[in-house]
Amino acid sequence: MSNFNISVRQFGAHAILVEWPNKVEETILNEILQFIQYLKENHLDEKEWEFVPAYNSLTLICKDTLLDFDYFKPKIKEWYAIKGKIEPATRYLWRLPVCYDLKFGLDLEELSEKLGRSIADITALHSKGIYTVYGIGFLPGFMYLGGVPETLEVPRKSSPRPKVLMGSVGLAGKQTGIYPQDSPGGWNIIGKCPIPMFDVNKENPCFVKVGDKIQFYPISMAEYQLHKIESEVGIYNIEKIVLNA
Amino acid sequence: MLNIIKSGFFTTVQDSGRFGYRDKGVPVAGAMDSFTASKLNTLLENEENSAVLEITMTGPTLEFEEDTYIVLGGAEMSVTLNDMAVEHYKVYKVNSGDILSYGKLLKGFRAYLAIKDGFKTSLVLGSRSFFKPITEHDSIKKIPALPYNKYKEFSPKITKLKVDSVLDKSQLEVFKGPEYNLLTDKQLSQIFYNEFSVANENNRMAYQLSEAIEGNTLSMLTSATLPGTIQLTPAGKLIILMKDGQTTGGYPRILQLSDMAMSILAQKRPGDLIRFKLK
Repeated sequence: MSNFNISVRQFGAHAILVEWPNKVEETILNEILQFIQYLKENHLDEKEWEFVPAYNSLTLICKDTLLDFDYFKPKIKEWYAIKGKIEPATRYLWRLPVCYDLKFGLDLEELSEKLGRSIADITALHSKGIYTVYGIGFLPGFMYLGGVPETLEVPRKSSPRPKVLMGSVGLAGKQTGIYPQDSPGGWNIIGKCPIPMFDVNKENPCFVKVGDKIQFYPISMAEYQLHKIESEVGIYNIEKIVLNA
Repeated sequence: MLNIIKSGFFTTVQDSGRFGYRDKGVPVAGAMDSFTASKLNTLLENEENSAVLEITMTGPTLEFEEDTYIVLGGAEMSVTLNDMAVEHYKVYKVNSGDILSYGKLLKGFRAYLAIKDGFKTSLVLGSRSFFKPITEHDSIKKIPALPYNKYKEFSPKITKLKVDSVLDKSQLEVFKGPEYNLLTDKQLSQIFYNEFSVANENNRMAYQLSEAIEGNTLSMLTSATLPGTIQLTPAGKLIILMKDGQTTGGYPRILQLSDMAMSILAQKRPGDLIRFKLK
């Protein structure tokens, strides 16, 4: 039995928005991922539909035709009620290297003052956490990660940088993440990851999906340079652990 | 090849967009005025998602290396093929060595050039639509030439079409967005009883409007956005996401443009007036 009350609403001519209670919770995320799997396997062809999960919502986007919302609204509620327990797609914990060198961690000194903690403390706390991918958006391959410890919560910078370099690892509020490309950005930058989060030359351009988990581990500048070259020539193997659904 | 002698202000290759990568944060892209692009492809009996040139504000000068057929539409610019004036929605045969040059922008904002079989620039994640850094280039500025198939014989079933142009329209049909119910009576009357003018900040990602309405401080969890989603910022600004717009957002999504409304808006430039009408 599905535990949550969902709302189903039309979102323009081509999309349906399905919403769960307005909370950041793993149980809700799991329900959404299971429902996606159920819909793909039973009712909505992936060639015709896109599935965009984020936090407590799932947006179903229909490729071409104008969708008949009056048909889908009761159907989606019915499908959710009968879906039962589904094995969602295999989820992974990805271990990503981060170089917290001051050369990359542009805001570490400022954060150390703001948080009243040593830089070593901040980077140790950051790499200790296991973060859940609640959404991917804003930029191709940009992950919305939940699970930042309260001790690392810090507001965005008062004025954003016009250019944050690709690979930069940032902290802002309850979120942490990696800039997948050069971009303007207001997050506090604490390090850099040598592994590209988005590669158009790969069949699956972004190895991470919503529902996966991320752990960062500290590396030296020398290791950073090595992993960067390894990933450029395509011989870097990203460490991953299969999670139980 | 189509040699690019002059690139124009911002000229891109666009098809019907990238499908299936929004859950990885990749915008759809595709022709901003898809109504016009689709009509042009139909005239050439092209596949619906054939790639066209989207020409923004000022146009390019182009030289055809091989014979083919073309048709123009969208924003009105004074265009000549060699020295002959070119009409919209009329199929032309072009020969090797012909030069197409775009002059002054007369009306609208985005002109389209469709070619028989479409432009054959590389497919990236299933689409030829330019969107940097998914594609190498964001415009044709640094590209010397664009590939297309040579076409000697083609007798179009329709050679000229009278199109109900989107250029003269200013009323945008909207659906209620997911957070529409948050709007107060005052905000609703501000939205539906006023005209808005297109602000200077507008591009393929988003259009902004100059006039603000009462703001909204609701904080919501990040959720999907679509091309045509109208977000309301805390300061009361309306941001209309367009084809290159981000796939998720955290501002209330108060309205959603119809497909036709997106094509109408794509032809507006700063200062142009629009109004909203609930579908």
